Amino acid sequence: MQPKPYMNPYLAGFLLGLVLLATIYITGRGLGASGAFKSVVIATVEGVAPQHAANTAYYADFKATNPEGPWKNFLVFEIVGVLIGAFFSGVLAGRTGLKLEKGPAVSNTTRIIGAIIGGALFGFGSQLGRGCTSGSALSGMAVLSLGGILTMLAIFGAAYALAFFFRKLWLK
Amino acid sequence: MGPLVPFIISEEFSLVIALFLGIGFGFILEQAGFSSTRKLVGLFYGYDFTVLRVFFTAGITAMAGVLLLGHYGLLDLDVIYVNPTFLKSALLGGAIMGVGFIIGGFCPGTSVCALAIGKLDALAFVFGAILGVFAFTEGFPLVEGIYNSNNMGQVKISEYLGMSDILFGFLLAAMAVGAFVATWYIENKVNKRKPVISGKLRNQYAYAVLGPFVVLGIVAFLPGKYDIINKRIADQKRQQTCVFKEMPADKLAHEIVNNYYVLNVIDVRTPEEFEAYHLPTAINIPFDQMMDRQYEPIFRQKLKTNVFYADSDTLVRMACLHAKFIGKSENYIMKESSTEFREMFFELTPPGPEATKQQLSLYNYRSQTAAQMTNLMESLKNIGAPVKRQVVTVKGGC
Repeated sequence: MQPKPYMNPYLAGFLLGLVLLATIYITGRGLGASGAFKSVVIATVEGVAPQHAANTAYYADFKATNPEGPWKNFLVFEIVGVLIGAFFSGVLAGRTGLKLEKGPAVSNTTRIIGAIIGGALFGFGSQLGRGCTSGSALSGMAVLSLGGILTMLAIFGAAYALAFFFRKLWLK
Repeated sequence: MGPLVPFIISEEFSLVIALFLGIGFGFILEQAGFSSTRKLVGLFYGYDFTVLRVFFTAGITAMAGVLLLGHYGLLDLDVIYVNPTFLKSALLGGAIMGVGFIIGGFCPGTSVCALAIGKLDALAFVFGAILGVFAFTEGFPLVEGIYNSNNMGQVKISEYLGMSDILFGFLLAAMAVGAFVATWYIENKVNKRKPVISGKLRNQYAYAVLGPFVVLGIVAFLPGKYDIINKRIADQKRQQTCVFKEMPADKLAHEIVNNYYVLNVIDVRTPEEFEAYHLPTAINIPFDQMMDRQYEPIFRQKLKTNVFYADSDTLVRMACLHAKFIGKSENYIMKESSTEFREMFFELTPPGPEATKQQLSLYNYRSQTAAQMTNLMESLKNIGAPVKRQVVTVKGGC
């Protein structure tokens, strides 16, 4: 089956803006994603190595500021929602299926390694920068946060600056 | 008045709402094509600017909406979460994320979307991201210095640049429209397409562009909620049509003693004056803070009667008028000032031997009531003073 075409980007942006606005109106804060990753990491560390978690300042601090544990978190529930919503959309549009998407000139292994390295950098950077493209850049723009907008400029600036050097990954 | 959490919707229930907001978020991201890594990186090679279009449109929509809701007093802009600015870590973290973006082809939110529809490269990215977060949490002592340096607090870019929110909003919206037009030409050039657009579509886009500017214009030029309230008050004052229900101090004292639980005695003087002396059971709402969101319920409720007092006649009338326009509670003003109240009840001089019977009974009434009020305060002390409701600043973040 031929997948349905994507939504008009401006319409999608408008709807996304309304979701973000609703989030701010209801909860007073924006959307996010990397915070849920942090919850996964902290829950895993606490589960696998409770001794280590208790002795390390970072985990102890997290526990003190989040007494209800890493799972009972706005962003965790939101990301579960994202999984459901995206899956639903994918089914409606006929885009689901196991697939490895990559640039035309790279092997599967290169793509996987690239994705892991890129993911690791993004994960690390999102913790250092207090939020990723959703939590810091997009939500930050909606409330005119200086930090959020600076982070956004840094993300896209760095990606543009390096795009030439990584063109083999994506272009023919 | 938003935000609804935590006063109207509990923290617990907000998690359920988070799930639904997430469903909307994920659905739209996927519909826009953010589950495809090649579509995402198209931004950096000029063949597909979808990311920029969706991202900017969403940002402008939400920003204009936030300003509009704030303008009409539906959303308290003072308590919503503004991401704090730590200059060094924001820039360095952003740069690292940028490198991750061009190598990995996703960002965290989009990788989750792509994973949901079965993209294996997204699975690798999510795995990598978790490793990256783990590296950060384990190596936190090494980066703690950078992480916490240059703290500028919850600063807005408009404040930083010394302009109003609305002016920055206009600039950002204009920038976005400029970027949309420019990238459309670039995209056509890179893909070797002819830049043609049908007249109908062009008109639709023109109307769409008009939308945010109209909203921003409304916020900039039309009076907001508090402007309207202040104008109504000024009107009524000019026309001398305001009617005040007055309550003499003797009656108020009687009410305090017998019905204190259906009474809000409100002191609208400054906190210092309140500290120095205030009526029994009184709470302090300084006049210039009356519009604060934390006090709104007091002026909206219909169970208790509000009695205002101050030392000046004008101040107490102004306060009562404000209260009338904030809510529909029953509002009274005390006829006497607080100093007079104190003299009448707590600094009584016994009448001389030639006092009339009337003076004597008044003296008896007042001294008895004073004693009862003192008793009441004694016993209420243990129940606890009127609950001070603190404005909760929303904690958030990614």
